[in-house]
Amino acid sequence: MATLIIRNGYVFDPLNEINGDVKDVFIRNGKVVDDLSGAEEKEARVIDATGKTVMPGGVDSHAHVAGAKVNAGRLMRPEDHYKSVRSRTALTHSGSGYTIPSVYKQGYDYAVMGYTTVFEAAMPPLEARHTHEEMRATPIVDMGAYLVLGNNWFIMRYLKEGDIEKAAAYAAWMLRTHKGYGIKCVNPAGVENWGWAQNVHSLDEPNIHFEVTAREVIRGLGEVNELLGLPNSLHLHANNMGHPGNWEITRNSLQILEGLKPQNKTNVQWAETKMDATRKQTVYLAHAQFNSFGGTSWRDFCSGVKGVADYVNQVDHVVIDNGAVPFGPGTAMTGDGPAIHDLYMLSGQKWSNTDVELECGSGVIPYTYLKSSPINSVQWAMGLELLLQIKDPWKTIMTTDHPNGGVFTQYPKVIAWLMSRKAREDTFKECHPWASARSSLAGIEREMSLLEIAIVTRANQARTIGIANRKGHLGTGADGDVTVYDLDPTRLDVNDYSKIKRAFSQAEYTVKEGEIVVHRGEILRVPDGRRFYSTPFVDETLEKEMLADVKEWFKYYTIGYANYPVPDKYLKNPVAIQVNKPLEAVARR
Amino acid sequence: MAEVLLQPKGKIGIMIEAEVIRADTLAKKRGEEIERLLVWQGPVQLPLGDFFEVEVRGTGQAEETVVVIEGDVSRVKRIGQGMKTGKIEILGSAGMHLGAEMAGGSILVRGDAGSWAGMEMKGGLLQIMGNAGDHVGCSYRGSWRGMTGGQILIEGNAQSQLGSGLVGGQIVVAGNVESFCGIRQNGGLVLVKGNAVRGAGAEMTGGTLAVLGKIKHFSPGFVEAGREESPKLGDLQLEGKFARFSGDYAISKNPKGVLYCKEG
Repeated sequence: MATLIIRNGYVFDPLNEINGDVKDVFIRNGKVVDDLSGAEEKEARVIDATGKTVMPGGVDSHAHVAGAKVNAGRLMRPEDHYKSVRSRTALTHSGSGYTIPSVYKQGYDYAVMGYTTVFEAAMPPLEARHTHEEMRATPIVDMGAYLVLGNNWFIMRYLKEGDIEKAAAYAAWMLRTHKGYGIKCVNPAGVENWGWAQNVHSLDEPNIHFEVTAREVIRGLGEVNELLGLPNSLHLHANNMGHPGNWEITRNSLQILEGLKPQNKTNVQWAETKMDATRKQTVYLAHAQFNSFGGTSWRDFCSGVKGVADYVNQVDHVVIDNGAVPFGPGTAMTGDGPAIHDLYMLSGQKWSNTDVELECGSGVIPYTYLKSSPINSVQWAMGLELLLQIKDPWKTIMTTDHPNGGVFTQYPKVIAWLMSRKAREDTFKECHPWASARSSLAGIEREMSLLEIAIVTRANQARTIGIANRKGHLGTGADGDVTVYDLDPTRLDVNDYSKIKRAFSQAEYTVKEGEIVVHRGEILRVPDGRRFYSTPFVDETLEKEMLADVKEWFKYYTIGYANYPVPDKYLKNPVAIQVNKPLEAVARR
Repeated sequence: MAEVLLQPKGKIGIMIEAEVIRADTLAKKRGEEIERLLVWQGPVQLPLGDFFEVEVRGTGQAEETVVVIEGDVSRVKRIGQGMKTGKIEILGSAGMHLGAEMAGGSILVRGDAGSWAGMEMKGGLLQIMGNAGDHVGCSYRGSWRGMTGGQILIEGNAQSQLGSGLVGGQIVVAGNVESFCGIRQNGGLVLVKGNAVRGAGAEMTGGTLAVLGKIKHFSPGFVEAGREESPKLGDLQLEGKFARFSGDYAISKNPKGVLYCKEG
């Protein structure tokens, strides 16, 4: 494999406390190394990064990029594909789609922006095969997917019975069976009620039949997660999403997991980092913008970010991603079926809804965010407020909850707003006055540095989801994923923010495991990415007990037990992350 | 004043996609340059000169450029797509997507036009002397936002989905239309001088639709809102007695769509 040297760039590598130092980055056999021998150095390919910004490859820890609901979005939106097309080249496939690009276009678009790792935010177990098929077809980027368990019949039953070990045994078996990376919990207890056209609106109302509360599910899955010692913490999509005044239930949901200790029991090799690269949080809150609404109705709607940000500032067990709204078209898609129905009642747009048997549900609806809309303008402000009001960047992650708040190709705009107060002021002039009147954004002076941008676009994603053993930094032994941006930090004028947008829209070079995959928008190489999943083990007797329950209820499924697992052949370049050595396996306490 | 004459060379096999045939694109170009412009035929790109003899007469700015197609181009798609200014005259019939997304200038077709003529048109004038296909002046599949401005005049008949999702502008059909004329219309004006089959104005939330002939199957979500003698719709003066309906109540509690039907 090739050796590569990236010379003389201004390197921003937060996990190694490198803040714009001029350094060389050496890569051999796909991994970052300290140094190369004289002979190797002569042979090596060299990128001259003089006057340019060098960061670890971008990591997206929350985007809807593969699986049944994404594809439902593609199918119901021909108009989204009509004007956004990409021609084939000798090396690349053709593709189309703006908010929901085809898998090929999606992989290329991410690589062009300098992203090398992307995690699918919600994989329903029954749709795992579909999700893996699409991930398999996505070029270049490394991927993984979080398994949706927050309204799963077995989990709800075990949590109601107070049997946390069996719940853990079930979650472990499910992650192995469906090759999932971590646990996602969407509108706990509420999506099950949606099967009866209802929802839950507080943390303590028992749901139908299972009579389990959102509080019990959040606490239970949080404990299961740490009992198993998964790489990621519980990934939470809180209740009442998209409802005015929901900031309070969001804060209260985060409070549930206070006092729980993070336990990463993955058995992996750790690349060298100066900072501790293990996760600190026990809950990773998804798309906080949609869960930080203030007011009591759409009339007195305002930002409720302060309540959430103040809480996150006080505690150490929470990381959030913001779910920014960069304005323009989006396609709302989530496992939260009732939330999408609410949006349908508001907008009257075409709407799709699915019930996933014993597991979860989902909904899809097109939505366009307008600068003329008072609500959308406040949402824009809130997405930025979240990252700017939470003081420690290691508690925040930048996303657009693609394609819910906006499309991932809009990230450069969000970066520009975070780095430049002038950029925000100019947008205030174009959007509805509610943006400044009903949020605190206008008064915020903070402008993020390039180091902070590196934290919220790669380093913290990697640390939070527990993949920083190899991603999100450039320490010795890390994957040779590097991005070079055409941006000279010594000449950076944040008032001229169009330069920032341009630089982050198209990486000068994107390097994947030591190979140059993109140069100024042109795809040069199309490697197959890796697919990460977790394989946690529990005590055999406990697993047998749990499987007896699963088999008993399997009659309620429309498919047979033997056809339930995702076969190995669905994954190209799989990386199974062993969690728990057999000796430490979870057993009855 | 400049004239660009395009003479079809013979039968075209697989239909070609010729969005380069626009008055403002061809303006100020020499004949050889025009012949070298590329068009898609299936998976390959070929020069326009493979399909047309090109002759340029005179010179002039885009707005005073007239493109004359001297024959049948019913196997040529996307003529005049996105055109902003200038004029196209087609002596025969035209293929699909004629004048789609056109923003200005004018197109005159002596023969028929295929489906999707004037799709999502923003401005200008599209005149069809013969018949037109489906989806004239409508929105692209999946979208509910169709034509926003300009004018489409059809001397013959049009098929289904005429003016679907119409936001603004005007469509006048001298002949008959088939089904779902003005479906999802939310602005603008559609006037059909002949008959309509079914679904006229279905899911309409705004704008005006008038049918002077008979509607075979009337849309059930419309409620009679009054009678009018010779109403004036924008700059169009209608003659005779009309029943005015509002709808479509099937899609909204408070629809602003207006449907005029001529009595008698």
